Amino acid sequence: MTAVLETVRLCKRFGGVAVANDINFRLEAGARHALIGPNGAGKTTFVNLLSGRLAPSAGRILLGNADITRLPQAQRVKRGLGRTFQINTLFKGLPVLENVCLAAAEHAGFGARMLRAAGAQRDTMEHAFGLLDRLGIADVAALPVKELPYGKQRLVEIAIALALQPSVLLLDEPAAGVPSAESSVILDVIGQLPESVAVLIIEHDMELVFRFARRITVLVQGGVLVEGAPAEIAADPRVREVYLGERQHD
Amino acid sequence: MRAHRLRPIELLPWLAAVAAYFAFGSYLPLGSQIMIMILFALSLDLVLGYAGIVTLGQAAFFGVGAYAAGIYAVHVSGEPLSGLVIGAAAAAVTGLVSGAIVLRTSGLTLLMLTLAITSLLEAAANDATSITGGNDGLQGVAIDPILGRFDFDLYGRTAYLYCLAVLFLSWLFLRRLVHAPFGRSLVGIRENVVRMHAIGAPVRRRLLTAYTISAAFAGIAGALLTQTTQFVGLTVLSFERSGEVVIMLVLGGTGRLYGAFIGAAVYMIAQDQLAEADPIFWDFWIGLLLVLIVLFARGGILGLADRLTLPPRRR
Amino acid sequence: MDAVVSILFLGLAYAMVLYLISVGLSVTMGLMGFVNLAHGVFAMIGGYITVTLMNRYGISFGVALLAACVGAALLSVILERTLYARLYGAGELEQVLFTIGLVFMAVAVVHKLWGPLPQPIRVPAILDGQINLGFRSFPTYRSFLILVSLALTLALWLGVERTNFGARLRAAVDNRRMAESLGINTGQLFTLSFALGSGLAALGGGLGADILAIYPGYAMEYLVYFLMVVAVGGLGSIRGPFVAALLLGIGDTACKYLVPQLGAFFIYLAMIGLLLWRPAGLFGRV
Repeated sequence: MTAVLETVRLCKRFGGVAVANDINFRLEAGARHALIGPNGAGKTTFVNLLSGRLAPSAGRILLGNADITRLPQAQRVKRGLGRTFQINTLFKGLPVLENVCLAAAEHAGFGARMLRAAGAQRDTMEHAFGLLDRLGIADVAALPVKELPYGKQRLVEIAIALALQPSVLLLDEPAAGVPSAESSVILDVIGQLPESVAVLIIEHDMELVFRFARRITVLVQGGVLVEGAPAEIAADPRVREVYLGERQHD
Repeated sequence: MRAHRLRPIELLPWLAAVAAYFAFGSYLPLGSQIMIMILFALSLDLVLGYAGIVTLGQAAFFGVGAYAAGIYAVHVSGEPLSGLVIGAAAAAVTGLVSGAIVLRTSGLTLLMLTLAITSLLEAAANDATSITGGNDGLQGVAIDPILGRFDFDLYGRTAYLYCLAVLFLSWLFLRRLVHAPFGRSLVGIRENVVRMHAIGAPVRRRLLTAYTISAAFAGIAGALLTQTTQFVGLTVLSFERSGEVVIMLVLGGTGRLYGAFIGAAVYMIAQDQLAEADPIFWDFWIGLLLVLIVLFARGGILGLADRLTLPPRRR
Repeated sequence: MDAVVSILFLGLAYAMVLYLISVGLSVTMGLMGFVNLAHGVFAMIGGYITVTLMNRYGISFGVALLAACVGAALLSVILERTLYARLYGAGELEQVLFTIGLVFMAVAVVHKLWGPLPQPIRVPAILDGQINLGFRSFPTYRSFLILVSLALTLALWLGVERTNFGARLRAAVDNRRMAESLGINTGQLFTLSFALGSGLAALGGGLGADILAIYPGYAMEYLVYFLMVVAVGGLGSIRGPFVAALLLGIGDTACKYLVPQLGAFFIYLAMIGLLLWRPAGLFGRV
């Protein structure tokens, strides 16, 4: 089975500090893969390396069969790699629908069109609206994002990523900062993601992780501690030590 | 979402322009100048208002267009329409080259580069006396009748209608552009460039395209100035020019296309009436106006109009 | 050979003036990210105060300079606390417009009070003439200017390296949020460094009055030079603008000497080229 996303000995150093240490990682087709680890383990850094926001110090990243290590962010997106951000990265002043339309237009390849192609734009809008509907936020489509409660903004974040029709989706703490009353919607959405999309999710919320993941990688201090099925990970003494140790600090 | 549909109020500036032609017969030269400045401000709105690039160097393209059209008229042909094309092309090339340099940077460095490039061109125009006339300006710019029939008359009638036509066509194009996916992606870049990268938009290329188009229209405005005044002076490349057009646009309201219309018109009319009396205090009041706009009315005149006319809602 | 020495000497004097004026702008940008295009106003005011106190009131050069420095620093504190502070979170365009507005107002006021012509400078008698160093003579005033500026620069650098204030300043420029979490009052720090930078600029304006002529267009015309020094040197850096000022000062003098018909053209080209090579400035952080 070729992995849809793979890293080979991926490293990232800032000065003398290695925030990513020789990471070998595979994401299979249709995966539901979770990346967990204590604070500062380097999870978001890893996602930034995968998506192209950060350039690695060493190692390779492969998307399907293609080496994308040197490829800039936008190109990786064009090849089907989508992501959400841990902190909402939205067009706050623009309406929700426009947020998603911008993504859909880029994906459809006419982000640069100067003569308004009315037909194609209508399709984009309908597609975007359909997405919002599926995520349950179609009713706020015309509102500026900044007027939405945080939980709904988080859904817009996911909607934008989905509008790119990615084959690989990186979700960086999708439920972060969302009050528990609203987080169930997000969990449902993640649960209903199409099987064709390989999903890597970073999370702290263990309930979400164990409910959703079929495979878990534990990252500690920039390196992979262990990887396996949820039951194995839950039973692994090293993992418990890492988290137990962390909880003692709370 | 239906913003691209033409609303009746958008015809207002054109009706006003046509009415002014008949009503203000003695003010036609001012009218032409206003329309040239509106076009100049429109070009700036594309990069500043829509794409969010803070530049003090738009005069570079205005000046290049002006000089190109002037030199073309003096040495090649006095035909005005081809002169416009030459002006636009020269300015577009300048925009492309300088944009490739400038758009790698941001913030103060970008601002400084736009200033430096304009100063560079001004110095070049000053030095190349044989081509540009240097400090004295380019003399002997004679323009042929438009389409072989419409002579530039002393009352400025032909010039006025010429500028009106060029402005109208330019506006049609720019209006289409900002409502198209291209224009909307510029807004996206302005609002959250990180997000634009993350949705696969080729940001640098998009901005460079916008910068070049903006330069072309600024160049057309400059060429119009040359053709209607039959002269090009160094002031077309001055910091004052760049500053003035920014003020006009901000006064009207950035990122709204019509801010350019209102801002340029108000500024030029006020300048015509007030600056004659006391040019020094004109500068003072403009400075004060800028400070007040920033502190109290960031959206300019259109922003104020919004606040007064739209129903109160959380902004 | 003689020409080379002259160019170096005059270029150095010019560079020193540019540095004294621009270093404050670099710190301001680096510390608060605030685009202050009105910085040249303080240099201009420094020049006007110095020259007016000397010419109209017969005050000695040293005292006049000091008064200019203190005056500009006080003015900057007032402006900063009342107006600038309201715009720290604002976007770049707002800051640019606001400070340009201030420049316009300052230029108009100065024009009304002193007229459009450059102010005549009367160099104090002891600094007039030439010093003979054996192998050749140098203008006394320019030599004095270079020495004083170097002394001030050294004092500045030592101050930033050795004092408590300097340490806090460096920390805040490096990482403002971290500095604040360490208890450093960055607001106060900014006001102080803003005052210091403006005072230095005023000194530069006063000392350099015969290199950068004092007239109402000062704050606008020379703005691009100050910006170039800061951008090429590296925002937030204190050493960087020194090197950039040297390059600009000596380079510009050399160009005016060797290819006068091309004037400032080459220097703009060189500065743009430098920024292409190093977009963050020579000593800037990427």
